[in-house]
Amino acid sequence: MMGGPPLAITGGRVICPASGHDAIATLVVRDRRIAGIGNDAPPSDAQVIDATGLVVAPGLIDAGVFRADAAAANAGGITRMILMPDQSPPLDDPALVAFAQGSGKPDVWVHPLAAATRGLKGIELAEIGLAHAAGAIGVATGREAIADARVMQRLLAYAHGHGLVVVTHAEDRALAAGAVATEGEYATRMGLPAAPAFAEALAIIRDCRLAEATGARLHIRQVTTAEGLAAVRAAQGRGVDVTAGITPAHLLLNDMAVSGFRSFARLSPPLRSERDRLAAIAGVRDGTICILASGHDPQSQEDKRQPFADARAGMAGAETLLALGLGLVRDGVLSLPAMVALVSTNPARRFGLVAGTLQLGAPADLVIFDEHAPWRIDGDKFHGAGNTPFNGLPTAGRVRMTIKGGDVVWRA
Amino acid sequence: MARAPSHPALADGAHPFPHAHLLGIAQLKPWEICFLLDEAEQWVEMNRGASKHDDRLQGLTQINAFFENSTRTLLSFEIAGKRLGADVVNLGVSGSSVKKGETLLDTALTLNAMHPDMIVIRHAASGAVQLISEKVDCPVLNAGDGRHEHPTQALLDALTIRRRKGRIAGLTVAICGDILHSRVARSNFMLLAALGAQVRAVAPPTLLPAGLDGFSVQSFTSMDDGLANADVVMMLRLQTERMEGAYVPSPREYFRFYGLTEARLAKAAPDVLVMHPGPMNRGVEIDGAIADDIARSAVTEQVEMGVAVRMACLDVLTRRRRGIKDWA
Repeated sequence: MMGGPPLAITGGRVICPASGHDAIATLVVRDRRIAGIGNDAPPSDAQVIDATGLVVAPGLIDAGVFRADAAAANAGGITRMILMPDQSPPLDDPALVAFAQGSGKPDVWVHPLAAATRGLKGIELAEIGLAHAAGAIGVATGREAIADARVMQRLLAYAHGHGLVVVTHAEDRALAAGAVATEGEYATRMGLPAAPAFAEALAIIRDCRLAEATGARLHIRQVTTAEGLAAVRAAQGRGVDVTAGITPAHLLLNDMAVSGFRSFARLSPPLRSERDRLAAIAGVRDGTICILASGHDPQSQEDKRQPFADARAGMAGAETLLALGLGLVRDGVLSLPAMVALVSTNPARRFGLVAGTLQLGAPADLVIFDEHAPWRIDGDKFHGAGNTPFNGLPTAGRVRMTIKGGDVVWRA
Repeated sequence: MARAPSHPALADGAHPFPHAHLLGIAQLKPWEICFLLDEAEQWVEMNRGASKHDDRLQGLTQINAFFENSTRTLLSFEIAGKRLGADVVNLGVSGSSVKKGETLLDTALTLNAMHPDMIVIRHAASGAVQLISEKVDCPVLNAGDGRHEHPTQALLDALTIRRRKGRIAGLTVAICGDILHSRVARSNFMLLAALGAQVRAVAPPTLLPAGLDGFSVQSFTSMDDGLANADVVMMLRLQTERMEGAYVPSPREYFRFYGLTEARLAKAAPDVLVMHPGPMNRGVEIDGAIADDIARSAVTEQVEMGVAVRMACLDVLTRRRRGIKDWA
């Protein structure tokens, strides 16, 4: 589109958490970049998009997906996905990282996290520096934590040397081994192997202490318990560079969702008690949790239509991230700009991406959505696998248009 | 049946069993449990007679699909079906195509295509039996799924207690041993509490699951405290691999603190009834002499009641398809 006609999005509520802009304005895109926000009449040669009654915001940055489904992402207003290294094969090689980085273009940009250890086995460090040079924006331990504290310590120290954020999964490996549910009455009633909820806090306390000792930057992809959040707050209070994320599932569902052996609610970490769910919402409200991600990890029918403990963990989340996030706004947990920050500006800042902002010259990654449009979540209509524990849930907030680098990649 | 129903709701016209399957005790109302127990009584009598045969399931096919090893329960279901005239087919683990990589649901659909009239399933995964029941067109009986439920075991235990003690309400029942991994314990907790017993769970802390308060079950880690004045002591089997340091240091240490001995049993009520779902580990969880004392031990009677209870379940669950009046 270089040199092509500019794009003018008129009449919408333009929200940019990075600059604090939140007002009805016209947003102009030229040469794939943001060229202006204001109340001037659109340029005479511009292609005009009427966004009256809609919200115009930075495209969503989904921090920590397991599958970079471009179609699902665009339908969900996502313009960048931060890809977990749990691919087949795992992203423990610079060439694999480079390939993954190009896999979504042009519709969605994929920012890979390199595997922290070879084969994600948690034993030997992978070539983190070379992976960084090949395009990795951070390193991740994968679906599981690193069991060995010595390996974790070296990983944090080494990654810090390359300036990379380390993304961890917070479940003590020994306590969580074989568990598919959180210990409590529901797990006992259903006879499911369960781990205590404090398996999360135990992992967080260890990793935060190691981050403190090494000066490393740590991002805990999902913090889902009251005790885990307390551990994060304590570490942040000591000056540890640690951030916390979560997915909508742990904010909206508790361990009762597992009743009837619904394998769509088999997630990792497992769903928690109502008390922990409420604590997670409080963590979002007070800013302890600063990143909301979809955890997009769709599974095939074969992998889900199994007895609960045999079913694979994970859900399709990309297409419901925005609507479920907007639920936090409707419930009064967050303002709309704060919610937009949680799914764009904050992950961009944490991972050093020039994105999640509408400042002049920034890439024109945009989502235009109707904050209040009601719809019912229907997994059968998803792009790709549709296993979601939210199937059938009435919600509100629909993506009307997704723009990636100035190109309209989705329209509804 | 000339006997009066044992639950007032049945006399008041409650539907005695409005379920398509028997997946667990959790779904059952107290009077539905009582109805199954009442129905089983006639089969106890017939099974003790010279001619042990009834033709009510004639022409019906019963598949016993056991994805987990079992001798006793499988035999019990097979005899129950045959005594009611059903054509009984057993599918054992070794003969199953599950080992060849077929998914559980494909196996379920394969079985279903053979037009069985009832399927009895045992599976190592909690919830597996429910999953199959959602995909087949005939009644499914849960013969044990993972750590979840084993409803016919709880029913036969209840029948045994009721016949020996004349009631269940008000009795104190101590369930002792590996509660954590036991589907028998879970089904019994729910059944006995539903019928008004005081239920206790007695186990080392490593074998007690979380959240037992929600079952109205009292937990004890001391055998002496847990057995105090108990009317019924139900021992559970502890698997060998769990006694070698994983949950309990050794069999001898387990027997020392949690084995059922004469001295320990003396803490219970004088007319205490001792039960065990079998197979027993003599000298590990129960002293052999106690198990053999027919005045106190109901172990063989439990096996006998098992056949009767399973006959009742097979009969009741197939009434709709047999076109029995009022079971439309």
